Amino acid sequence: MKITFDWLQDHLKTNLKEKHLLEQLTNVGLEVESVESLSADNELFKVAKIIKTEKHPNADRLKVCDVNIGEKEFKKVVCGAANAKEGLLTIYAPPGATIPQTKTKLIITKIRGVTSYGMLCSEFELNLSDESDGITELSTKYEKSIGKSFFSKSKSNLIDLSITPNRPDCLGVRGIARDLAASGFGKLSELKEKKIKSKTKQTLKVKINREKDQGCSAFGSCLITNVKNTESPQWLKDKLISVGQKPISAIVDVTNYVMLDINRPLHAYDADKIEKGIIVRNANSEEEFTALDNKNYKLEKGMCVISDRKGVLGLGGIIGGTRSGTELDTKNILLESAYFEPRSIRNTAKKLNLDTDAKFRFERGIDPLSIEAGLNKAALLIKEICGGEISKIDIQKIGTYKNKIVKFDTNLFKKVSGFKISTKEMIKILEDLGFKCKKEKKYLKLTVPSWRPDISQEIDIVEELVRISGFDKIKIISPIKERTKSTLNQTQRLFHFLQRAIASKGYLEAITWSFTDSNYNDHFKQNEKEIKIINPISSDLGVLRNSIFSNLIMYMSKNLDRGFKDLSIFEIGPVFTGSSPGEQTTVVCGLSAGKKSRLSWIEKDRNVDVFDVKKDVVQTFIEAGYDSDEFFIDDKTPNYYHPGKSGRIFLNKDKEQVAAYFGEIHPNISKKIDIKTDALIGFEIFLEHLNLHKKSLNDQKSKFTTSDFQKSERDFAFVVNRDVKVQDLINVISSVDQKLISNVKVFDVYEGENIPTNQKSIAISVTIQSPEKTLNDNDLEKINNLIIETVENKTGAKIRS
Amino acid sequence: MSDLKKIRDEFISKLEGKLDLSEINQIKSDLFGKNGLVSSQFKKIGTIVESERKKFASDLNVIKDELQGLIYSKINEVENTEINKKLEKEKIDITLPARPFVRGKIHPVSQAIDEISSIFSEIGFSVEEGPDVENEYNNFTALNTPDNHPARDMHDTFYLDEKKQKLLRTHTSPVQIRTMQKDKPPFKIIAPGRTYRSDSDQTHAPMFHQVEGLHIDKNINMGHLKGCLNYFIKEFFEVDKIKMRFRPSHFPFTEPSAEVDIGYEMKDGKIIIGEGNQWLEILGCGMVHPNVLKNVKVDPTKFQGYAFGIGIDRLAMLKYGINDLRAFFDCDYRWLNHFGFDPLDVPTNYRGLSR
Repeated sequence: MKITFDWLQDHLKTNLKEKHLLEQLTNVGLEVESVESLSADNELFKVAKIIKTEKHPNADRLKVCDVNIGEKEFKKVVCGAANAKEGLLTIYAPPGATIPQTKTKLIITKIRGVTSYGMLCSEFELNLSDESDGITELSTKYEKSIGKSFFSKSKSNLIDLSITPNRPDCLGVRGIARDLAASGFGKLSELKEKKIKSKTKQTLKVKINREKDQGCSAFGSCLITNVKNTESPQWLKDKLISVGQKPISAIVDVTNYVMLDINRPLHAYDADKIEKGIIVRNANSEEEFTALDNKNYKLEKGMCVISDRKGVLGLGGIIGGTRSGTELDTKNILLESAYFEPRSIRNTAKKLNLDTDAKFRFERGIDPLSIEAGLNKAALLIKEICGGEISKIDIQKIGTYKNKIVKFDTNLFKKVSGFKISTKEMIKILEDLGFKCKKEKKYLKLTVPSWRPDISQEIDIVEELVRISGFDKIKIISPIKERTKSTLNQTQRLFHFLQRAIASKGYLEAITWSFTDSNYNDHFKQNEKEIKIINPISSDLGVLRNSIFSNLIMYMSKNLDRGFKDLSIFEIGPVFTGSSPGEQTTVVCGLSAGKKSRLSWIEKDRNVDVFDVKKDVVQTFIEAGYDSDEFFIDDKTPNYYHPGKSGRIFLNKDKEQVAAYFGEIHPNISKKIDIKTDALIGFEIFLEHLNLHKKSLNDQKSKFTTSDFQKSERDFAFVVNRDVKVQDLINVISSVDQKLISNVKVFDVYEGENIPTNQKSIAISVTIQSPEKTLNDNDLEKINNLIIETVENKTGAKIRS
Repeated sequence: MSDLKKIRDEFISKLEGKLDLSEINQIKSDLFGKNGLVSSQFKKIGTIVESERKKFASDLNVIKDELQGLIYSKINEVENTEINKKLEKEKIDITLPARPFVRGKIHPVSQAIDEISSIFSEIGFSVEEGPDVENEYNNFTALNTPDNHPARDMHDTFYLDEKKQKLLRTHTSPVQIRTMQKDKPPFKIIAPGRTYRSDSDQTHAPMFHQVEGLHIDKNINMGHLKGCLNYFIKEFFEVDKIKMRFRPSHFPFTEPSAEVDIGYEMKDGKIIIGEGNQWLEILGCGMVHPNVLKNVKVDPTKFQGYAFGIGIDRLAMLKYGINDLRAFFDCDYRWLNHFGFDPLDVPTNYRGLSR
């Protein structure tokens, strides 16, 4: 909502300065978004006429225009607008002027070899509207004004307010003035409301159909006959321009002015184009009409239309139609001032994807009792400017409006706000805001003003009182430092632990969108169903991710393209399994690319490999408190991993839930994604699959025991079939004598010469130590033999001599 | 000259010469070996006339000690020289680079969440979470934003079905609903997490982070709200004084509602929080609307309290001096490395939130 201090003063008597105004607006909840100085610069923008256009010699889309700006010589201006044509009245900005929208200062410049003196401006560039297609087109009435400044001199800055959706009353200058006055910023002026005095009847019959979901509950109108639509007088033009509106013609300007001034939207019809009266009704399905935006709309049942015998004239409270619009030669007009239900307006606008100023106001709620005031004010102004005769006002309605009553317990104020004001103060504030107050013991019986649809219960009254008294009156009550419940639960603690454990292994934490490109997601979604976003911001962010890999790989690839070759990144966050709340799991996903060491004077080049990542995952689990003796690892993994170089980890031998996958990304995927790297290894840890410890880590620890007896290490080399898993071999050895065998270590795996094909040699070092005594040669020999025997029996291995 | 003196002089002069380790050992065995010169003298003690025996023995011991001492110091000397020679050969260029290592980093948003949790933990808030995909009811209706409420337009919502029943939550406020539905009052929670809105430009990302706060009890009023936020802002920005301004605003799920600005000034292109005359909007808050409490079956005549929602990314930008919101999610190695935190930097109350 754009206002100026000047306009405000039509409704507000105050001696205070604009600086205070800005502060006070903010204090009562009318947030000042921006203040724009309509500075001296604005005088530079002149009404101008294009005298001649020629095609630019070096550019197809550009034109060279001779522009009359009221000086002897025409200015040469290069312009790219399609609508720049001979005879067009428009707005010219000379070199030195600053364009309000872009804040760029114009200079004399050569455009493709042709010097351009200044610029012809679009409405958008001048902050007049969002119309950026082409330059401003002024009506022929501006012919007289060529060379004159388009904007009038204004003392007042343009203040842009952000009005919250609960305050439709503040979409009119008067509403804002009322709030300011209540807060002590001046005094609200009495409305000098002149009434239409007429003896002529409104002869166009209006009927509101009584039907289900009728979106219009009252329709006021009057006829103004024999008008001469013309250019608005200077004061009206200045007023509209001062808040960034473009004057069009008196009739349109007056309705806009009334709307901005008291938030009363009106609509003017060319009465001669209405066939035998008006019917306000629900649209029929498949009914169509062409709106003032020149678009054709297909209507549906339940949309409120203003119609005549021939069909739809307009969508009530949203947009008028071309058929009955006023034009410069309009003689007789019907002025509409109606009440449309917010719900109906919103439904219709949403379905048709239409957004208009009227819609914006009606869906928030217009004062239902402003119908007459609007007609009076507008009709009299139109008569004053355009002449003609006004008829009596006709109001049709299908219900009567009753003011809401709120019974307000004055104690509630302090209970909520924490501070106290007297009942007298409360009454003063509320009356200033337009409430009628009646004291009833400790209650106030309040009649809510008709322009406040947002107020219906006690808490709304508290808000009004706190807002107007000032939020600065609320006293700080310092919080007590006391904790009765632990801050994080166990899963949350684990989340934070894993996050930092992975980062500590050299991974950079990334945060990527929860949605992704379906082309990437397809590689990783397995059998999960694709979860589409109905309205994505772009097609490459169209699905919720089934795996974090899709994003990590994409960003990894980008980083590689930036020239970073060796990189580890990870993300901890949600992946989605369905489109219902809760169908998501938390995954820690990491990805390493390139080499573990590269171009180092001390180490050989080595690609990052599966066992690097396996280490990261296993170490993380151990650090998180899981017992590595319990781990079970095999090679069954989703198909986006390399089938031969990937594995999964279970945290216990029950193998209930996969704690993690790790491995090389399937080479086919790397190829399709065209990621350029020496190696690409990833892992996924599933937070919800990790069993939470029932006991604290402290309680889980076994009693501290050590053995000081001598330990011995024995080395073995077994030849086994290629498909025998080392883990099985280790398990077999460990189980030979759990008391004596304290460690089993693999120090070599060999295939090739001297080993039969399809077999491999595994060299293992076993640490043997007794907690009770020093083992003698005999003891050691015995356990040696037992190890060999057991391994050979259970795995088909042969000890290598 | 006695034998003893002769032996002594001879060997002392020998030991003064330049010797290697084997020559010294030779001397050692010549003197103290089984049949060494000194050892033989000891065997002779018994044969010495009693009157001279004592002196002989004492002289012998003096000489023994002297020679032994000399031998040991000589050995030491030679060994030292040899070690030094060896060390000299082993000398490396210590300025050569260390073995390569990589540092992982924690994302600034994660760090900010940890800092925020740590601060609210002190005053008794616990952390709750909710799903990213929400139903329309929890995200809007239960929060006093019925269908057809214009406030819904303030949230550009991503929908997952044509009926617009399932969506990506537009704020963390649905966690309020879930928490209050699940438990009984009092409630004192924060809920950090991902939130989504379908706009995207220089200052908006389609995904961002919020932390929700909710404190419901008997007699919790706006003074508590102000106190809580005042405390939080001071702790978070690690300043003693903070300029804070509550501005009336509107959110359907709180009433009265406020937006909170903090004072700042620009110094050398950097934002200094807590000073100056500029205002920066950082959060929205208010007293939980009675309709919301009714929706979750909490009696608004018995319980009341406040809620707030803070943009985490925005806070992180301010605190850590980051200019571009979009960069948070761009995953640029250089950015992550520059703005990321060492994983060992866990924000705690006793060590301080940040270094």
